[in-house]
Amino acid sequence: MSNKVLETKGLSKYFYDPVKFEVLKSINMTINHGEFVSIVGKSGCGKSTLLYLLSTMDTDYEGQLFIHEELITGKLDKELAQIRNEKIGFVFQFHYLLSEYNVLKNVMLPGMKLNKLSEEEIEHNAMEHLRTLDMVDQALKMPNQLSGGQKQRVAIARALINNPLIIMGDEPTGNLDKKNSDLVFDIFNKLTIEKQQTLLIVTHDTDFAKRTNRTITMEDGKIIS
Amino acid sequence: MNFKLILNIALHLLRARLKQTIVAAVGVTFGIAMFITLVSFMNGMNDLLDGLMLNRTPHVRLYNEIKPSENQPISYAKKYKDNTNFISSVKPKDRGKAIYNCKSIIYALKQDKRIIDVAPKVTTPVFFNSGTIELSGVINGIDVLAEEKLFKISDYIIDGKVPDLLQNNSIIIGKGLANKMLLQKGDIIKVTTSKGNLSSLKVVGISQIGIADIDDAMSYTSLVTAQKLLGEPTNYITDIQVKTYDITTAPALAKEFKEKFDLDTIDYQTTNSQFETGSSIRSIISYAVGIVLLIVAGFGIYNILNMMIFEKMDSIAILKATGFSGNDVKWIFISLSLVIGLAGGLFGLLFGYILSSIVDIIPFNTAALPTIKTYPINYNPMFYIIGITFALITTFIAGLFPALKASKIDPVEIIRGK
Repeated sequence: MSNKVLETKGLSKYFYDPVKFEVLKSINMTINHGEFVSIVGKSGCGKSTLLYLLSTMDTDYEGQLFIHEELITGKLDKELAQIRNEKIGFVFQFHYLLSEYNVLKNVMLPGMKLNKLSEEEIEHNAMEHLRTLDMVDQALKMPNQLSGGQKQRVAIARALINNPLIIMGDEPTGNLDKKNSDLVFDIFNKLTIEKQQTLLIVTHDTDFAKRTNRTITMEDGKIIS
Repeated sequence: MNFKLILNIALHLLRARLKQTIVAAVGVTFGIAMFITLVSFMNGMNDLLDGLMLNRTPHVRLYNEIKPSENQPISYAKKYKDNTNFISSVKPKDRGKAIYNCKSIIYALKQDKRIIDVAPKVTTPVFFNSGTIELSGVINGIDVLAEEKLFKISDYIIDGKVPDLLQNNSIIIGKGLANKMLLQKGDIIKVTTSKGNLSSLKVVGISQIGIADIDDAMSYTSLVTAQKLLGEPTNYITDIQVKTYDITTAPALAKEFKEKFDLDTIDYQTTNSQFETGSSIRSIISYAVGIVLLIVAGFGIYNILNMMIFEKMDSIAILKATGFSGNDVKWIFISLSLVIGLAGGLFGLLFGYILSSIVDIIPFNTAALPTIKTYPINYNPMFYIIGITFALITTFIAGLFPALKASKIDPVEIIRGK
């Protein structure tokens, strides 16, 4: 298998409302295995839009998207859902934990969906991830009993549960204070170093971006560096 | 698809909104309970009323009708064959009311596999004498055992016993008649036939059918007594009553016997067509009410699911982001709806059963039906199967539209909107 986790060829995206507008202009980029990449740029430069195209959730684009050398463009909703489940972990600005489930179940949910391991194994893995994130004590609490930083760590554990090819983050530290931001960065950094986890994080926090392996800067729908 | 996981998510969503879930389920419960009660009651009523007629009416009756000959002498004349003939003042032909060769007809009918049994009967108009007053009435000479077997006449005997009719010169008279003539069981009644024969019969019972016209005129004796009364031999039979295993074959059988035995026949359906209409209309009404109630409950479920989807946009978005397809999300909401339908429906069946049991013990005394003491209920398990099926179908449809809406939610829009 090649080293390329993610590759785009001539990725373009238009918004039609109120007038036709090219948000992304023929983006070509590659992300290799084990890289910790951040995308920065001003508000409205298209960085989040790019991330959602790469996440396979937004399918309305021109050009081609490859994950692990496999063409993703044009696949069915069901296949895309399967790819997201298996190969991509998400951390958003908001935690999006299900309030009906406790922390442990929230982490386990994508694993249960993948349905490759038994429930006990998934539970064991989830506890391991929570342990590395120092959240084991909170495993049986409900999400509304946690602080913002803790919720975000649970969200990271959930992203890790299926050992994804790549973790994508959309402003994962956007809602957090300095201390918690650093904590989240340290977690990401540790994942890259210890587990060669590939990470792609969209952020407007330049401090955060500077500390990553590679920074992609965007302006007006184009990658400028 | 992992149905266990989907059901698990659905149940957790339900538990988070327990109150609304219960309200939705109660709607279904109410609809099903009312449906079960109504249908059970209406069908109990139908059975009762049908039984009223069905038990008393033969499926096929063979008799001689008084009517003019179809072929008048002139139609046999070759000379006028091509002419159009007008005959005025045609009179009916007296073929006698007796069925010719009745013994062999009865024997033939008894051999027929489609027929439960045959009950011969002699019907004759008579006068009941009470002092100087003469009351007109009808005597039915019946084959006591066969009549009891086929038509359960003992259900309508309010005093005395049917087998007592087997005694010589005994009679069971209608309640109206007994009241008018101040007769009781054990009294003697004088009877004059249309031919002028006078005889005394002993009253061994009083019957009440519940239709005043019949109770005022009807009486039963044994076949032999009736034949003696008329001074006729033992092969004198005016009616042959037939009961079939399958009532729907009655019209066909009636037609067949008419040709085979050269007699007039009439089938149950023709005699009682108005009863059939009544029964089916009552059924339609009860089903319609039940379905309307369920549709109302369905709208309740639709509303609650729509609200739930609106509230759970975030959850739906993250489920989709983490690998649940639109189809999975759709099934989460459909199973949510079905759980409400199943739970509400099962409770509905239970309450429906309880309600109909309560109706079953409410006293219902009517002069028309001496053997009925409470409201009739039909506990046919079919109604319960129909009920739960209805509940599941309505909740499925009610859940389908919100579920389709949920499956089409674009996670990017929700997540980016934050």
